[in-house]
Amino acid sequence: MKGMTIIVKTIASWVKVLIFLFGIYIILFGHLTPGGGFAGGVILASSYVLLMLAFGREFVEKNLPLPLASKLDCLGAFLFALIAILGFVFGGAFFVNFLVEKYGQPLELLSAGTIPLSNIAIGIKVGASLFLVILVLSIFRPGQSGSEKE
Amino acid sequence: MAVFYILLLFIVIAAIIAVETQDLLSSVICVGAIGFGGSLMFLFLRAPDIAITQIVVEVLGLIILIRATIARDFTFITGDREFFGMVVSIVIIFAVGLAGMKVFETLPDFGTPIFTQVPEAASQTYTAEGLQKTGAANLVASVILDFRAYDTLGEATVLFTSIIGATVILRKKAKKLLEDLDE
Repeated sequence: MKGMTIIVKTIASWVKVLIFLFGIYIILFGHLTPGGGFAGGVILASSYVLLMLAFGREFVEKNLPLPLASKLDCLGAFLFALIAILGFVFGGAFFVNFLVEKYGQPLELLSAGTIPLSNIAIGIKVGASLFLVILVLSIFRPGQSGSEKE
Repeated sequence: MAVFYILLLFIVIAAIIAVETQDLLSSVICVGAIGFGGSLMFLFLRAPDIAITQIVVEVLGLIILIRATIARDFTFITGDREFFGMVVSIVIIFAVGLAGMKVFETLPDFGTPIFTQVPEAASQTYTAEGLQKTGAANLVASVILDFRAYDTLGEATVLFTSIIGATVILRKKAKKLLEDLDE
C-alpha cells in the first residue's frame, strides 16, 4: 500500500491538521462543552488513520513509530491512575476531586479541579491505543509472507 | 416528532439492506448509515455528547477498522440456512417482541427523560448539585470523571489490557521470531 493519488494526499495533509486541532479542542473543553477524553481521543487517532489511508503505512510509522505510540498509551493510563492516587493522598479517598476549590470559577476554562486533567490523560490514552490497534491490524496479514521488506 | 419517524424509517431500511445484502462491504456501509441515523437522533434529543461518540466510533471507527482488515476477511454469504436454526430464531424473536411490548408500555414518552417522572431518582442529585460540587459545566463529564470515576477507570483498564494483548500478539518482532524458528 504505497498511498493514493496526489489529490488525496494534498487534501489529507491539510485536513489532518484541522482534525487534530478539533480533537485537542474537544479534549481541553471536555468539562464545558459536549465531548471529553474518549471522543477527543478517537478524533486524534482518526487524523492519523486518515494519513495512513492516504500516504500508506510506512509514512505514518515514520511519523509516529509504534514504540512511541505504545509509550503514549502507557503514559495516559499512568497519568489517569496518578490523578486517582493523588486524590487519595490529598483528599483522603481514591478519586477525590482535590483541586475543585483551589482554582477557577465554574464555566471558565481553568475550573472543575481534576476533571480536565483526567480528560487530557484519557485523551492521550484512547488516541494512542486506537491508533495502535489500527496500525497493528494493518501490519498483520497472515495470508501473505512478511518478507516484503529486508 | 416527524423527524424522528423519518430517521426511524431510514434506520429500518438501512438495517434491512445490511442484513439482506450479499456483499460484506456494502453491509458494513449500511451499518455505518444506521449509526449515522442514531447519532442524528441523539442530536435532536439534545445529547450532543453521545452524538459525537456515536458518529466517531460507529461510523468512522467501524468503517476504518473494516477497511484495515478487509483484505483477509472479505467473504460472501452463500448457502441455505438451517431449518432448525430458523425455527428457533423465529420463536426467540416472537418471545423477545412480546416481552418488549410489555416493557415499552411502562416507558415514558419518547424524548422525555425518566427522571422527570421519578422524583427520587439518583440523577436528580447530579443535575441539582453537579455544578457546585465539581465545578464542571458539562454534567456528563462531572458524572463520568467525578461521581462515577471508578467506572471510567475500569473502562480505561479494559481498553489498556486489550490493546496490550493485541500489540503483543500481532507485533512484527514476534512474527519475525516465529519465521526464524520455522526455518
